[in-house]
This record gives sequence, structure tokens and C-alpha cells, in this order.
Amino acid sequence: MFAYLVKRVFQAIAVMFVISLIAFAIQGNLGDPLRELVGQSVSEEVRQQLREELGLNDSFLQQYLRFAGNALQGDLGTSYFFKEPALDVILKKLPATLELVFGATLIIIGLSVPLGVYTAIKPNALLSKIIMGLSIVGISIPVFLTAILMIFVFSVELGWLPSFGRGDIVPVWGYWETNFLTADGWAHIILPSIALASIMLPLFVRLIRAEMMEVLQSEYVRYATAKGIRPWRIYFVHALKNTLLPVITVGGVQIGTMVAYTILTETVFQWPGMGFMFLEAVNRVDTPLIVAYLIVVGFIFVVTNTIVDLIYGLVNPTVNIARMGA
Amino acid sequence: MSDLSHAPAPSRLQKVMDSTMMYSFRRNPVAVASLAVFLVIAVLSFLAPLIAPYDPYDPASIDLMNSEYPPAWVNGALPEFVLGTDDQGRDLLSTILYGTRLSIIIGLCAVALQAFLGITIGLVAGYVGGRTDSLLMRMADIQLSFSTLMVAIIFLAVTQALFGSETFNRYAVFFLIAVIGVAEWPQYARTVRATVLAEKKKEYIDSARVLGFGPLRIMIRHILPNSLSPIFVISTVQVANAIISEASLSFLGLGMPPSQPSLGSLISAGFDYIYSGSWWITVIPGIVLVVLVLVINLLGDWVRDVLNPKLYKG
Repeated sequence: MFAYLVKRVFQAIAVMFVISLIAFAIQGNLGDPLRELVGQSVSEEVRQQLREELGLNDSFLQQYLRFAGNALQGDLGTSYFFKEPALDVILKKLPATLELVFGATLIIIGLSVPLGVYTAIKPNALLSKIIMGLSIVGISIPVFLTAILMIFVFSVELGWLPSFGRGDIVPVWGYWETNFLTADGWAHIILPSIALASIMLPLFVRLIRAEMMEVLQSEYVRYATAKGIRPWRIYFVHALKNTLLPVITVGGVQIGTMVAYTILTETVFQWPGMGFMFLEAVNRVDTPLIVAYLIVVGFIFVVTNTIVDLIYGLVNPTVNIARMGA
Repeated sequence: MSDLSHAPAPSRLQKVMDSTMMYSFRRNPVAVASLAVFLVIAVLSFLAPLIAPYDPYDPASIDLMNSEYPPAWVNGALPEFVLGTDDQGRDLLSTILYGTRLSIIIGLCAVALQAFLGITIGLVAGYVGGRTDSLLMRMADIQLSFSTLMVAIIFLAVTQALFGSETFNRYAVFFLIAVIGVAEWPQYARTVRATVLAEKKKEYIDSARVLGFGPLRIMIRHILPNSLSPIFVISTVQVANAIISEASLSFLGLGMPPSQPSLGSLISAGFDYIYSGSWWITVIPGIVLVVLVLVINLLGDWVRDVLNPKLYKG
């Protein structure tokens, strides 16, 4: 186990290293920091002097080491547009994105488990067929289109729910301001959460259904039935427990995918999270902010994947051995 | 043998029509309907230059005064624009036909690129084995752990900022195909590798090796044909995913430019007008996109059930 852990952490560090190299290469080639600092109206001599002072004439390796050293200390440069440290800008936007992901996760968990279990128990029921049919329709609608259609129906036509922004938010701690304490906040987060959940929900319903159907065929479930245990207890205590392991693994990996989909959802709903911020940064060619986003998102991906792998290795020893052998 | 051959040998078409696959296809109304709808959309969109009433790429045929007319069944419509016009005064029907063609082409080309990379890497990894295999598969793991959309968004965003939007727009088709194609190769590589590992142990491979065939010939002529059915299963779903990815990227302004719209950029352009009541610019291309992806997914489901009953999972 220890060897596996070391190996996995080493791989995570290697991936972060590659990401930092890519980020650094982007920083070196995108835009001119001098122009952002002093504009056009400075003589060539002063420019050269500034380049020297900023270390822009150093070798690639020196510059990269300085960049990596600063990054490790949490200094990812200063945003051209916000005139603030880029990491601070992102951390301020992070809670909005996390709350959106949290809302979507609640919907996914709350719906996928009952729907998946039901369709597995009664595969031939009419309702099951409707659920499975809807799930393939759900997979086929892109997130942004779900979001637009919901805005059209619930905001433009019916006027029930607001179509953009976060509404009334309450400060909780530090940069964290929450949507979940005011009615207005709830009204604002409902549509974006449903939109974000809409792409993952069908996947999870299908996954839980498939796993559950497999488990229901197994010997121990038949044994439990023979012992006379009531069906709902078999379904929800005995069978569901063994269904959840692969579901949790897939879920962990999908967290990363969810971050990508927040960019789409946040753009449609003008949700002030880091995805929306990233697209604005791209339009403004705000290089430090783009680079900082890249590193933060890369970090989130690497950390979640490593943790999911470790948990999986912990609860499922066969994976562990197979990987160590390879 | 000679007795049996008195009856005329069945033609190729007859063989195909009698196969189990065709039988299951004819017995499955959903698959038949999906294929029919897909063919209609594909044929109409590929004939766009011939059947579209206007040419959306030709600035001379566009009049800004015609912008935002509703479809023919809504009050205030002009009869010559059946599905209405978009924000620039282009005929929506023509623009959708051209846009659908673009979406399908990008989807197919991206999947062809994925398949080429993935099959090559999968064959090599499975056949050579050892360190090459673990290195390639570790790369596949890492690539898969980053979502395609995330990689594509960042790559296209940086490319756009680097080249400026004018150059970017000119080569947007190629950038889209490249990034969607490169980001998804592990899907193919993993499947192909798994079948290669299973096939490699069989005796016909040993006999081919004894006959002195080189590894390249064994990989392409002997192993690859036996891994085709899982490749086929993935491909349908991948085309649907590629079309969705392309639409999403275009929606974010990182794909096809408004002057040469795909379905995604058309939806994106219409989104700005949805509050003012011009719903058709967004909703009609949106419906076309959903129907297109849905029928491909339904076909994919059917292909998976027929070719690979064991693989019946999420």
C-alpha cells in the first residue's frame, strides 16, 4: 500500500510539473508584460532596463525556476485587469463555483439513486422505460442548450425564476459568500444547478442501474431473499451498498469534468464564478489570470484524481496489486 | 461441397441482408427510425449548396433589413423565409443546413483522427507490451483524467489569444478537429489494447508468426480486423460526443465564427436575442442539434447491444 501511495503521489507531482511547464510556456508567449506595465510611450533604453530588472532577459530555465518558486509560495502573478494577485481573484470567485457544483451534486445524488434503483428493480415497468428514454435524451442535450431552454421557459416566458447572477448573497467566512441562506439566493441557484446536473444525471442513473442489476443477480442477494429478508431491505441495505463503490469512483473523476461544465453554465447564467472569469480573462488577454486558472484547475483535477485512486486502492485491494505489478 | 454449390452463390448484398445484424436492425423500430432521421439530416445538409434557398456565406445575398423575421407560421413573417431569419438577416433554413453540414464534418473528422491515433497507439501498446505499454497506458490514464472539454477550452482559448481572432477564425475548423481528435484518443487506445491482448494469445497469431510475417502485418492484417466490433461500438458514441463538444466550444466563442456558423455558434448568436423574443434563432438550431445527437446516440445503443452484449453498462 505504501509503495502504491508513493507511486501515485509521485505521478501527481509529475503531472503538476508538466502543467506548470505548459502554463509557463503560455505566459512567456502570450502578450507582452512590459506593454501592460508602461504602455507604448516609453523609450527603448528604459524598456531594456525594465526588461533587465524584471528578469525577462534571463535564460528559460532561470525564468521557469523563478516562476515555479513563486507559484509554490502562492504567487501566480498579478492580474492585468483587476490589478490584484491572480490567485486572490480566483479564490474570490471560487466559492460561487463550488456552491454551483454543490447544488448540482445534491440534485444528482438525490435523483440518481432512487431512479437508478427503481429502473434496476423493475426493468420492464413503463416508468422505467420512460426514465431510460429520458436519460438518453438528457445525454443528447448539451449543457448550454439545457440552460438556454430553461431560461427561455422559466425566465422569459413564465417569469418565475431569475436568469442571471447570484442574487442576494450572505457573507459567511473570508471570501465565502453563500446563496443558501436567502430565498433570493435559492431562486438564483436553482436553474444553474439543474443545468449543470442535467448532463451528469443520466450517466449516473444508467451507471447505478447497470451496477445494481449486476448485484441483484449475485448469490448473496438470492440467499438474502431465501432467508426471507424483506425486499426493500435487500435493495437498499444489501445491494445498494455494493453498487456504490464504482459509482463513487466514477463520481470522483466526474468532479473534474464538472469544473469544465461550470464554464458553460456560468457563461449562460452570467454566474460570477471562476469559469465565467476565465472566459472574460481570455477575451481581455489577461495572461497572469489565464495562467493562474490553468494551474488552479490542474491542481483540482490532480488532487481529486489522486484521492479517488487512493480511496479505490484502499477499499479494493485487487486494483492495488494489479497496479503495483505493472 | 460440389453438391451444395448448385444453387447460385448469394450476392454480397444478399449476404449483408441475411446477416444477424440486419435481422436485429429490421426488428428494432427505434434503430430504423434513427437511421432514417440521421440519413435525412445528413443528406439534406450535404446537399445544402444545391437545395438551400440562399447562400449564407455570400454577403451579397444578406440584407440586414431582413433580420429577425419569425418563422412562417408566426405572425409578421415573410413567406420567403420559411424558418425566419437570424440577427444578421440570413435565411435561418439555409444557415442551419450549412451549419449542420459543418457540425457533421467536424464530428466525423475529429472521430477519424481519434480512431487513427487511438488504434495505432493501442495496437502498439498491446502488441509490444512491456515498458512501452505501461508508459502509453499511463499517458492514456492521465489524458483521460482531464476532461476533454476542459483541455479543448484551454487549448482553443490560448490559441485564439496567441494568433488573434482573425487568423483563428480562418483555421477554426482545423483547430476544432485537432483538439477534439487529440483529446479523446485514449478511449480507442484502451479498447484496442484490451482486444489485442486477448487476440495475441490465440493460435492463429502464433501460426502467423511462425510463417514469418512481420509484426506490422500481423497487427494490421490479423489482429485489427478482429478488434473492429468494439471500435465500431465506440465510434458512434464518439461522433455524438464530438458534435456536442464542437457545439459547446462554438457556443463559448472558441469555435466556428459567426460568419461561418456551425450549429453551436448559431445557437450562441441567437442567445443574445432570446430576451427580446426572437426565440427561433436559438431554439430551431437547438432542436436540430438535439435530434442529430439523439439519433446517433440511439443508433449507438443499438450497435452496442448487437455487437457487444457483455458491454451493457452506463
